[in-house]
Amino acid sequence: MTHPASRPPAKVKPPFWRDPAKRALIFQLLMLGGVFGVLALIVSNTLTNLESRGITTGFAFLDNTAGFGILQSLIDYSEQSTYGDTFIVGLLNTLLISALGVIAATVIGFVMGVARLSPNWLISKLAAVYIEIFRNIPLLLQIFFWYFAVLRALPSPRGSLSLGEAIFLNVRGLYVPAPIAGAGFSVVLAVFVLAIVASGVFIYWNRQRQAQTGQRLPAGWISLGIIIGVPLLVFVVMGMPLTWELPELKGFNFRGGITVVPEFLALWVALSVYTAAFIAEIVRSGIEAVPHGQTEVSRALSLTNSMTLRLVVVPQALRVIIPPLTSQYLNLIKNSSLATAIGYPDLVSVFAGTTLNQTGQAIEVIAMTMLVYLTISLLVSMFMNWFNARMALVER
Amino acid sequence: MSIEKTPSRVTEKMIDARSAPSDSIGTIAWLRTNLFAGPINTLFTLFACYLIYLLIVPSLQWALIDANWSGTTRADCTGEGACWVFISARLDQFIYGFYPEELTWRVDIVFAIFAALVAWLAIPNMPVKGLVAIATLAVFPFIAFFLLHGGSFGLEVVGTHEWGGLMLTLVLAVVGIVAALPMGILLAMGRRSDMPIVKSICVVFIEFWRGVPLITVLFMASVMLPLFVPGEVNLDKLVRALIGITLFQSAYMAEVVRGGLQAIPNGQTEAGVALGLGYWRNMGLIVLPQALKLMIPGIVNTFIALFKDTSLVLIIGLFDLLAIVQAGLADPKWLGYSIEGYAFVALIFWVFCFSMSRYSQYLERLLHTGHKKR
Repeated sequence: MTHPASRPPAKVKPPFWRDPAKRALIFQLLMLGGVFGVLALIVSNTLTNLESRGITTGFAFLDNTAGFGILQSLIDYSEQSTYGDTFIVGLLNTLLISALGVIAATVIGFVMGVARLSPNWLISKLAAVYIEIFRNIPLLLQIFFWYFAVLRALPSPRGSLSLGEAIFLNVRGLYVPAPIAGAGFSVVLAVFVLAIVASGVFIYWNRQRQAQTGQRLPAGWISLGIIIGVPLLVFVVMGMPLTWELPELKGFNFRGGITVVPEFLALWVALSVYTAAFIAEIVRSGIEAVPHGQTEVSRALSLTNSMTLRLVVVPQALRVIIPPLTSQYLNLIKNSSLATAIGYPDLVSVFAGTTLNQTGQAIEVIAMTMLVYLTISLLVSMFMNWFNARMALVER
Repeated sequence: MSIEKTPSRVTEKMIDARSAPSDSIGTIAWLRTNLFAGPINTLFTLFACYLIYLLIVPSLQWALIDANWSGTTRADCTGEGACWVFISARLDQFIYGFYPEELTWRVDIVFAIFAALVAWLAIPNMPVKGLVAIATLAVFPFIAFFLLHGGSFGLEVVGTHEWGGLMLTLVLAVVGIVAALPMGILLAMGRRSDMPIVKSICVVFIEFWRGVPLITVLFMASVMLPLFVPGEVNLDKLVRALIGITLFQSAYMAEVVRGGLQAIPNGQTEAGVALGLGYWRNMGLIVLPQALKLMIPGIVNTFIALFKDTSLVLIIGLFDLLAIVQAGLADPKWLGYSIEGYAFVALIFWVFCFSMSRYSQYLERLLHTGHKKR
């Protein structure tokens, strides 16, 4: 009796729904069709709706006169400017608050992260309290707190809090002296830039020299001297071409100097303090991620404390810290859009707020706004990939 | 054999162990190592004490010691400290929004069921967790909707424009997370798929939502969504916000799920394939059950972020907890109590978020035992 299975099976081509390759192709085509179908439906609905509401599409509105004022602008802006200008103003304000926020959050975050690891019990607990309080409360609430409860409760200009008759803080904002560059200040700036380049060259040369001879000059101190000392010398030689314009109380308000509006202050403080709480945790875990053996080995090699920190712990900790740190920076940039809640004129507040309401061009305006944030995200993640590739451990 | 006499210079009695020097044990030693180890450390301690004296002491004095607790109007707030009367007078509104007062029992029931379900899931070693989880994800939302919205079983309809306060905050966060979870799982599976078109669609979708701020998403949901649907369909404001939040959240959820899927060794899938399981059964029976367990801390962390982010709906005109307190602050009868209002909202958010983050840390420790590489 022969078993049927013992015979070689006849070559039967499986039906196409059993063939994985064909099935995948069909599935993908169906999905593509579905996505395009939904998109087409949305587009056709939108066009019908726009037509029935009498809204014209297109970007022509960007050339129309805006006709509204903006609280703070980095470029020349007046009510005669166009909607396109409001986009630029909003974008620059977003970039300004993001840049300053990133700097402040990094400084506070690193200080708090190191304080969290301090051997001093009180300092470490205070840092923990700070971290746990500020990262568990919504950012919007913190912005409101700083804006409405703190800055709005400040005295009027006549009763300003002042620091050395140069810096004033009142309900209308912060007034700081404005530097006025005299003749020849541009020379000082040029020397400053040159000094930075020179110190870069010096550090490179110093590395080469160390690689060849094993000797090393104190690069940090020397380059600091080049960057600060040389421009300072030129500054004095040129006859100190820089004066300060102090803010002065005239009538009911301050004149002169630089005015920092309270909206900016509140947003800046809230963003930095909130993000810093997350950064502190990242810094703490980054430093803790460096195995203790590394520190012990560098002790055994008789490196000093500062050398251990600078040459062994920090480079390894940074490898762990930088990726989550960049995503916190991204969060900060995206969170700066909360400006709209207190009226700081950032991109969302000015462009996706006032401009959208005045023109009704919802699609174009929201698309442009989202595109800006998407571009920033993309650039930052490209940087992160580049950095990761550079910093990745070279496995041997 | 004679027993040698013990030499006289050796004592026969054991000497009692002396106690350690008083400066190396107990409170004093602790103080020395933790607060006063060296001049710099001492300086830091003094600095910290000064900070506490400067910040924490006056805050406690204001919030607890000098505060006014009882009363009904602002005339009852006489002292120097906080006026908690503002909170107690408006507590119902802060919790239920504009929900009709005689119907708030319905909200209470939903809160109670939800608390019971969450407690069941959160406490380790409770029986039939799987069933309870399915009930929470699939049955509870419908019960909650029928109770909150009404309109059937003889319950009076309460429109979503009357919802508000803490209740709305919870609705937004819970619906956001429950709706985002299945979408996130599908997106994550798509992102790990071998099919190039599916993969790229999922990557573009995920990266798009992760790249834009939630505010612009909410703006889009409130301004553009009505344009996307046929003219006769009228979307409720709350529904629009929920759609925006769900789409936004599903992208973040997808990344959490992807992390969980990546943690499952390839051998598991290969073993499933060897057993003749197809893709879906392999995923559903082998990979996802293992991955979901690993994902719980990530999901809790995402939920914390979403819970805090729900406060943004204030900007499109929904009255969540923060918005309703903010509106209460503008009431001429209660002007000037903004710090009390913000402190109350902060406390509620803080209690929720802090306990959730502690729970997620606890879970991470619990789950790490068997999976740690080192």
